[in-house]
This record gives sequence, C-alpha cells and structure tokens, in this order.
Amino acid sequence: MAPVVRFRSAVALLGRFPALSGVDLTVEPGEVVLLEGANGAGKTTVLRACAGLVPLVSGEAEVLGVDLRADRRSVRRRVGLLGHSGALYEDLGAEENVRFAVRAAGGDAAAVVPALSLLGIEGRLRTTAVGRLSTGQRRRVALAVLVARSPSLWLLDEPHAGLDAAGRDLLDDLVRSAVAAGATVLLASHETDRAAAVAGRTVTMAGGRVQPREPARVA
Amino acid sequence: MSDRPRPATTGGGTALLGAAALVALATTIVLGLRLPPTVEQGPYARLIAVHPPLAWAAYLAFAVCALASVLWLWRRTRAPKWDRLAVASAEVGVVFCALTLVTGSIWGRPTWGVWWTWDARLTSTALLLALFAGYLALRKVSVDPETRARRAAIAALVAVADVPIVHFSVDWWRTLHQGRSLAQITPQDDLDGSYTSVMLLGFVAMTLLYGWLVAHRSRVEALEARLEAEGLDLALEERRAESEVVEAVAR
Amino acid sequence: MWRDALLVAGKDLRIEARSRVATNQVAPFALVVLVLFGFALDPDRGVLARASAGLFWVAVLLSSLLAVQRSFALEGGDATADGLRLSGLDPAGIFLGKAAAVAAQLAALQVVLALGVVVLYDADLGGPALLLATCAAATVGLAAAGVVYGALAAGLRVRETLLPLLLLPVVAPVLLGATRAWEAGMGLSVDDGWRWAQLLAVFAVIYVTLGVVAFGALLEES
Repeated sequence: MAPVVRFRSAVALLGRFPALSGVDLTVEPGEVVLLEGANGAGKTTVLRACAGLVPLVSGEAEVLGVDLRADRRSVRRRVGLLGHSGALYEDLGAEENVRFAVRAAGGDAAAVVPALSLLGIEGRLRTTAVGRLSTGQRRRVALAVLVARSPSLWLLDEPHAGLDAAGRDLLDDLVRSAVAAGATVLLASHETDRAAAVAGRTVTMAGGRVQPREPARVA
Repeated sequence: MSDRPRPATTGGGTALLGAAALVALATTIVLGLRLPPTVEQGPYARLIAVHPPLAWAAYLAFAVCALASVLWLWRRTRAPKWDRLAVASAEVGVVFCALTLVTGSIWGRPTWGVWWTWDARLTSTALLLALFAGYLALRKVSVDPETRARRAAIAALVAVADVPIVHFSVDWWRTLHQGRSLAQITPQDDLDGSYTSVMLLGFVAMTLLYGWLVAHRSRVEALEARLEAEGLDLALEERRAESEVVEAVAR
Repeated sequence: MWRDALLVAGKDLRIEARSRVATNQVAPFALVVLVLFGFALDPDRGVLARASAGLFWVAVLLSSLLAVQRSFALEGGDATADGLRLSGLDPAGIFLGKAAAVAAQLAALQVVLALGVVVLYDADLGGPALLLATCAAATVGLAAAGVVYGALAAGLRVRETLLPLLLLPVVAPVLLGATRAWEAGMGLSVDDGWRWAQLLAVFAVIYVTLGVVAFGALLEES
C-alpha cells in the first residue's frame, strides 16, 4: 500500500526562514509516529505541511496520494490538524463548533453528539461559548471536532498539553481507536515517555531535518 | 530582459532608451518654452506640453502593471519578471500620476484662482493615485516574495477593475456641474498647430522616459531578488548546521 | 459552493447574534458619526437636510469598514483563517458567505441610519423605489469589495490601518453614485437617479465576480 506521508528533501519557508531544510519522512498507513525534537526543530511545520498549509519550495511531498507541490488544498478535508490554538469560534458553543466543522468537511452530522459524549462534553458544557471554557476543555472540544470528522490522517501538535491525567488517558485511547478504524497518526510531543507508549516509532528532528536513526549502541 | 541580471542596472538597450528619452524630453521643454503664450492663460498654456503626456504615461504605467499582474497570475506564463515589472510600473506610475496632479493644479490656479478644480479627469486621476498608493503599501507590508506577488497581483486587478467605474461615475458627476474643467483650458484654436505638435512630442518623450525608468526599476528588483536567493542559501546552510550540532551532541 | 456559502453566512450571523458587535458597537458608531456631522456643519441653515444623502452614505461607508474588519477578526487570532483553510470549504463559498453576512449587517445598519437621518437632519426620504434599489446595489457592492480587501489585508499586523487605505478609494464611486441616486430620489436634484443605480449594480457584479474568482488565491497565507 502507498505510504500515507512521503517527504523527500522537502524544503519549506516561513517568510524567509527555512523552517524545513530537507525533510525525509515516510509514514505507512496505520502507523502512529512520534515526532520529537527541541523547540524550533520544525515539528510543527512538518505537521502543517502535511495538512497542506505550508508551501514547499523544493523536494517532494506526497500526502494521501496527493502531490503537495501541485495541489495543497484538496488534502485538507482528509486530514485533521490539532494545533496549539484550537481553530474554534470563541462565541459559539462546543456543539455548534463541532457541527460547523463537520458540515464544512462534508461529514456526517450524526457523528457530532457521540463525539462530544466521548470527550466528556455534556449538558451545559455543550452550549457554553467556547471562549468561556478552560484550556483543557477547549482541547477536548478540538479533539471532539477531530473525532467527529474522523479524517484519514491525524496530525497532533502537542496533544497532551493542557489535559489532565484523565484527559491524557482518553487521548491515548482515542489514538488507538482511530488507528483501529484505519487512520494514521502523526504526533509531535515533548512528553516522549507518554507519547512513545502510544507510538509505534519515533522520529527525531533538528534544524529542519529528520535525524537519521541512531544505530543501537552497545552499552 | 535576461534572467541573470548583471550587478548594475544599465545595459546597452536601456542606455539607448535613456538617451532617446533625454533628447525627447529636452526638446519638448525647449520647444514648449518657446510656444507663444495665449490670451486667456498667459504662459501657463505651455503646460499642455507636459500635463496630458504625464497623464497618459501614468495611465500607461497602470495598464502595464495590470497586464503584468495578469501574466503573473496565469499559471502558464507565471514568472518572477512579471511581478518585477508590475511593481516597477506601479511605482513609476505613481510618480507620473502625482506630477499630473501637480501640473494640473498649477495650470488651473492662475485661471480660476483655486488650487484644485473638481475637474472630472483630475479627480479620476487622484483616485487612481490613491488606488495604486494602496497597492504599493500592500506590497511593503507582506514579507515573503511569493505571497507578496500573489496578493499584489490580485490587488492590482481589483484596482484596475475599478478604473472604468471611477471614470464613468466622476464623468457623469462633473458634467452636471459644468464648472471649471481643464478641457476648457486646452487651446481650441492654435495658430500653426504648434501646440499640438509639441504636445505630441511630449507624449513621445514621456513614453520613452517611462520605459527607461521601468527598465531600471525592474533591474533593481531583480538584483534584490538575487540577493534574497543567495541569502536563502546561506540560511539553509545555517539551519542544517543546527541539526549537525544536535547530532554531534547526541553521540 | 452555495451550500458552503450558506454554512459560512449562517455561522457568521450566528456569531453576530451571540456577540452583538454590530448592534452594540457599529450601529452606535454610525449614529455618533451622524451627530458629529451635525456639530461640524451648522444645522440651522438647512445644510444638513440638503447634504443628508451624502452624509448618510459616508456614515455607511465608515461603518462598512468596521463590519469588514469584524468579519475577519472573528476568524481568530494571528494565524487567522487557518481554521477556514483547513475546513475544506470551497473558497468561493467562503467569500459569498462572508459577503452575505456583511451585507445583511450593512442592510440593518442602513435602516437605523435612515431613521437617524430623518430624525436628526429632517431629511425627506421621498422616491422610495429608487432609494431602496440604490441601497440594495450599493450594499452588495460594498460587502463584496470589502470582503475582497479584507482578505487582502487579513493576517497582516497592520490590517487596521491598511484596510481603510485600500478599500475607501475603491468604493469612492459607490459613495458618489449612491449619493447622486439618493439626491435624485429625494427630489434634491434633477439627475437621472436610475442611471446611477445601474452603475452601482455594475460595480456590485464586478466585485462579486472578482471575489468568487480570486478568493481561493487570497485565502492562502503563503
């Protein structure tokens, strides 16, 4: 089967800064891959590039069979990006936000309520304006959007941040069930221990590139 | 225009163009100053040698800017040189536009005693100046060249789409108020066609001047782009060096 | 495209219903502008009544700046419109939806301003067919041009100051045409008001078309 993500020497600019200076990355279907690295290594940019948000100036990049250098837009409906700030409308309630996101992506509106319940957003929380919710609750709403849309590729940027212990367990379960349902997950996290437990393999980034795998050292 | 710019902005072609422009401009000025003053406007009638030509050059500049923007936006013809032409033309156009307004103002003042007549053409030109000043402001604010070129090209087209509307609306507006109009100043009867011929020479001179200025400005832009590209290579090297440091530390 | 437009328009209007920015901020601003004109021009000599068409439309124009700014501000923060880009919505649909929402707000605003002009300036709003037709055409044109330029200026730190510079020269003909049409309708001039209304309609068509065609390219941040 064709890889879900395939980057070869991909170079991407943010303004004039080369955020990605030649990334080689392959992610097979059904994998859970963890991106780790210091701040500024380019992890967020790789995720955004997979979502088709970042233009590439050279190299090859293919996500879900779509060549990103030719067409960045069509891939967006099929991936789900969970960023640092949720792309939520502050004045609308949780349910309204999820409903809008699902309908915009052409998804099934019936998935909205189950997703909210799964994330523990019940009753009053559903109709309160998102701007009034706590960070952890907003994360949950953003995750509910992801669950309800059920994209083929999940792109999670620091997903554990802001969640309490129960939330983190829930997230790990969500990742597992997404993979079981056929999705692929690429996540970036500083919490390597926690994330490595869920991830199938780890990729380290620095200076806008993927570090080659260290051969196992004999201690 | 070759793709690899030389480290200077002159070249055989443009030097010739510049010389021709200079000659034409000088001749226009000399002949213009030798035109006899008219009864109604005294010496100011001689501004006919420069005012309409300046206006023409301004409109030409903006038309070229729009055309270059279209060529840039259309995938098949997309090339950085069109973006460079667009900005060069717009900048030169803004200058000519401002000069048109100044000469128009100077022309009208002695006749009617006011600095600004709400003449249809002057007012349209003023709006045109505002539209392209906005275009240039937009360019200054964007950071990376690709976005900037795209936004600017769209802005240019959107502005140009407005031009006919501006023209008609201002025209209809001012024909109601048959007030002062520069069209009235233009000498209808001139003694031996001398006014018209100097004006025509003026058109030629301004067109040549426009071409020369745009050629130089585009070259400057091309040089800047080359500088940026080299800066990018440097930045890429530094970025990759970061990763090597991390690798070394990890070992 | 139409489905997406309805979705976006509905979302924008629902947000407006919750946050009430147009009703609590923009409408009062517009009325304050009308009052300020009263201070600036001497109300005793009938100047205000004669100029009421122009003053009305200037107030509409200034308010439209605020409405457009708000339309893009509500998409959130610095990254702006990341959510919109990722949503999978058709950009032309996003444009139409946003423009429709802005147009709806402007229409409501014009009702308020019309009342204001009648009350504050003692204007006589005769010839309602022409006045309404003008309002319709001008509103569509303003909303379309506004959303196009809002997108051009969006995501830039200087958006607040750049948008007026970009938008106002472009919509100056709308001000011109709408005022002339209203003056004709109100009996203050003998001009052919319908000709002006047609010009406004042409403007509207041009800018709606431009928006539909160009919005995809505009929405891309980089």
